[in-house]
Amino acid sequence: MSLTTLRARIERLGAGMSSHVWRIGYASRFLFYMLVHSGTALKRFHLTIAEIYFAGVLSLIIILVSGLFVGMVLGLQGYETLQRFGASESLGVLVALSLVRELGPVVAGLLFASRAGSAITAEIGLMKATEQLSAMEMMAVDPVARVVAPRFWGGVISMPLLAALFSAMGVFGGYLVGVQLIGVDAGAFWSQMQAAVDVRNDIMNGVIKSLVFGVAVTGIAVFEGYDAVPTAEGVSRATTRTVVTSSLAILALDFVLTALMFTGGEK
Amino acid sequence: MPQEPIVEIRNVSFGYEAARPVLRDIDLAIERGAVVGIMGQSGCGKTTLLRIIMGALAPTRGEARVLGHATAELERDGLYAMRRKMGMLFQFGALFTDMSVFENVAFPMREHGDLPEEVIHDLVMLKLQAVGLRGAAHLRPTELSGGMARRVALARSIALDPQLILYDEPFTGLDPISFGVIVRLIRELNDSLGATSVIVTHDVQEALGVVDYVYFMAAGRVIAKGTPDEIRSSPEPFVNQFVNGKPDGPVPFHYPAPDYRADLELAPA
Repeated sequence: MSLTTLRARIERLGAGMSSHVWRIGYASRFLFYMLVHSGTALKRFHLTIAEIYFAGVLSLIIILVSGLFVGMVLGLQGYETLQRFGASESLGVLVALSLVRELGPVVAGLLFASRAGSAITAEIGLMKATEQLSAMEMMAVDPVARVVAPRFWGGVISMPLLAALFSAMGVFGGYLVGVQLIGVDAGAFWSQMQAAVDVRNDIMNGVIKSLVFGVAVTGIAVFEGYDAVPTAEGVSRATTRTVVTSSLAILALDFVLTALMFTGGEK
Repeated sequence: MPQEPIVEIRNVSFGYEAARPVLRDIDLAIERGAVVGIMGQSGCGKTTLLRIIMGALAPTRGEARVLGHATAELERDGLYAMRRKMGMLFQFGALFTDMSVFENVAFPMREHGDLPEEVIHDLVMLKLQAVGLRGAAHLRPTELSGGMARRVALARSIALDPQLILYDEPFTGLDPISFGVIVRLIRELNDSLGATSVIVTHDVQEALGVVDYVYFMAAGRVIAKGTPDEIRSSPEPFVNQFVNGKPDGPVPFHYPAPDYRADLELAPA
């Protein structure tokens, strides 16, 4: 490899790195600006309520149906494993802990990123492409305060609720398969679950996880939409980036949070 | 004492990159009450100049004074206070697609005032009546034709009775009837509101029929200015070519290319 080629490669690498660092810095400044200008979203809470409907209520079907099926699969797989050790009565514990600690926040977060995150990016990106954000600026209305912040808070509030509903439906799915279909004792299913699931260590940690995922997914979604190149292709790329980046962020954050929360299993 | 111009651009230059200036040494003054056209072919810098007047861009050199403020010195709040006295019609309307026509026109009133709902209703109906679309108040932007959307956007831009109305390519893509309506509305609204209007356009013939004064731009400079009649009879070759729509002239028909015969000889048999 010649010296010139090597130099060109190093320059490209440097340019790519500095561009990424610049973008992370820009995203941080944007999110900080949005948090500072969140007054409108909180004072005129009906704007945030509308976004909770858009991001939360309209995601209910996919969240509830997915939760039900994930719970049913957990019921089948869990029973298959537990019955080998004569512990099939612990099925309720397995289903509940799997859902509340991990699958609820993570799968609901991934579904939320695909359903609501992509929609938020596309909507803000299209508003930019059709000059609706510029029109707001010209009407002396800050689009970050009026459009971005309500969507961010709507997503952040919706995500833990969706994860909780996902887990609840999952437990119900596990009950349907384990108790109704396979015949595990209903009393053992519920009582062992009640005894083993701890509000602070399990449920609260799950809620914290889903809240963090909500902040990550919605933060990425609003930034990508606002920063989208204002063309059809630009909005399409931004939407794809939202889904990919937020899915990776959820999985990486899940590892970090799990490592912090569940170290050694003490209660 | 003569009034200060509502828009005053003094020796303004601007470039997105230092090596490639988009605007060079622009001087213009827009008097109150006038309808002024900034014209020129696509890419000549007229939209950039409009963005400087809006305060969206700061000049690299020189000063832009709008409504008595040097725009480059204004912070966010000052800029927003200035924009409340301005209205802007975007090229394709930029209506909010998640709102009805009524909600679009009511939007600036709701954002900037604490008016009772009955007053907002009456004000919106007045504005829609002015553009002839009171009967379309319940429609969504997707149900409007291009001309109707432009008129709703015009009603929205005058919602707060602005002192200065900016138009970015208001005639693009309009049929003759819609075009006639927009031309009439620009003049009528400007005069009835006592406002000042700035129209940025490359539709020269259409715009010359409505404006009081014209600044003609090419390659980032103002190359001609005057009344519509003065522009029509301008000896400047580029203005002449542009106003009369001649296919060849200072702006050549052919994009720069290597010798034609050489190209043909190189072509495969």
